[in-house]
Amino acid sequence: MDPITNAGPSAVLSARGVVKRFGDLAVLNGVSMDVRPREVVVMIGPSGSGKTTFLRCLNHLERIDEGTILVHGSPVGYRPGPGRPVEERPKVVAKRRRNIGFVFQRFNLFPHLTALENVAVGPVKVLGAPKTAAQEQARDLLARVGLADKATARPSALSGGQQQRVAIARALAMKPELMLFDEPTSALDPEMVGEVIAVMKDLVADGMTMIVVTHEMGFARSAADRLVVFDQGVIVEEGPPDKLVSDPEHDRTRAFLRRINESG
Amino acid sequence: MTSPGSATDFDWAFFWHYLFSPSSTFLDGLWRTVYISVVAQLLGVLLGLLLALAQRSRFAPLRWAGRGYVWLIRGTPLLVQLVVVYNGLAAAGVYRFADVQLGGLVLLGVVQAAILTLAANEGAYMAEIFRAALDAIDRGQAEAAQALGMTPATTMRVILLPQALRIIIPPLGNEFNLMMKTTSLLSVIGLQEMFQTAQSINSATFKTFEIFLVAACYYLALTTIWSFIQRFIERKLADPGHVVATPSLRTRLVGSSRDRNTLAGKGAN
Repeated sequence: MDPITNAGPSAVLSARGVVKRFGDLAVLNGVSMDVRPREVVVMIGPSGSGKTTFLRCLNHLERIDEGTILVHGSPVGYRPGPGRPVEERPKVVAKRRRNIGFVFQRFNLFPHLTALENVAVGPVKVLGAPKTAAQEQARDLLARVGLADKATARPSALSGGQQQRVAIARALAMKPELMLFDEPTSALDPEMVGEVIAVMKDLVADGMTMIVVTHEMGFARSAADRLVVFDQGVIVEEGPPDKLVSDPEHDRTRAFLRRINESG
Repeated sequence: MTSPGSATDFDWAFFWHYLFSPSSTFLDGLWRTVYISVVAQLLGVLLGLLLALAQRSRFAPLRWAGRGYVWLIRGTPLLVQLVVVYNGLAAAGVYRFADVQLGGLVLLGVVQAAILTLAANEGAYMAEIFRAALDAIDRGQAEAAQALGMTPATTMRVILLPQALRIIIPPLGNEFNLMMKTTSLLSVIGLQEMFQTAQSINSATFKTFEIFLVAACYYLALTTIWSFIQRFIERKLADPGHVVATPSLRTRLVGSSRDRNTLAGKGAN
């Protein structure tokens, strides 16, 4: 199966035959995916299906065993070597990650920094931006996610929803061309899911290219251009969200959607 | 002659005299104890940090060197290390610690050997403390830093070390407390620190109980002052967003069982 859409040289992401093994277990078993600029892709599937692992491979938080991952046409984490690709040195990988934003399930804000410092630390320490300019930008970003009044708060003084919004602002501060979201609302109390989803929809409206792992079918249906269903390390099905949800082709998609509907 | 050990023999006048107006030799010894402890601890912290970083290196030989050092130093007694470094190296003709002039000050060879050995020894223990502190930080912290495009060095400096620092302060305080008392071992290489000074006063006066009790009081004073300083540092470093339970001075000094929960909570932080 080759689930490739109309990928051109302008593709933001182009993954081919990605295989990832943990010991004998292949968590990814030949995953290919293309993402065009401004496209919003939502990845769903049962836990352990490989969607989070695939997302983490995209900015080289996980090594891959086979296949290639190109972001804006150049590989992330590897360079061509004799025979098989060679892993890049950490410094080189770091540079490639700068314009790929990543939002974690558990926020991972830096607890020793204020909300403002969390957002400004990337531009200052990675891009060498002047501190005042970076803080100015951080203030704007905090305002954008609705947290202008929390600039001096430490993460420990923020709710889960607020922390996740700061984390999104932190990723945006690097002016990414691609944003990756790893179950951004799964660790939140139900009443806080909405505020994070609203920020994400705002990004969609802004034309951000996004790949989102989530169980929030509401977000998937209203914001995604394409829904991708993972199961047992492969993509079993993909398509426009409305079509895929109302008329899934694959049994495993149907089974997964039924389980989600029951629990939701 | 009355039998030795009888409480009536205790020379209170001698005791009070040495406690409140110690001789200049005794004060010299006290001063040496203090500055040797401070310098050795500072060097030990630096060495420990370097060793902990080496143990996390991408390069296997560096990791082996770091682990091998900790294994060797923690596996041998400090007393033996002191004698090997100061007496052994000289006897073998490898290196003899000679006095050096620093500005107007003379730094005795034996003091150099003492500071070097204490720092080398302390480095191994501090390496373990740094290692544990770095391991205690959630993996998500390093991942978030990496995802922003930070290099391993920047991640360590900006994200991990500041958080590790907060974790190491309590065990570091413990180490320095031990260090001040451990300097009494330096008497074996003939360094005139506080304990050795007390010994020479003892051999001149035979007031054994009195003079060593005075020395004990001074060690106790040093560690008590340090526990105040440590408490101050911990308060300074505490996350203002968190109300951190600070053990009372009583807890810190005597480890009261009533406050054990507070201490356990602190250790888990």
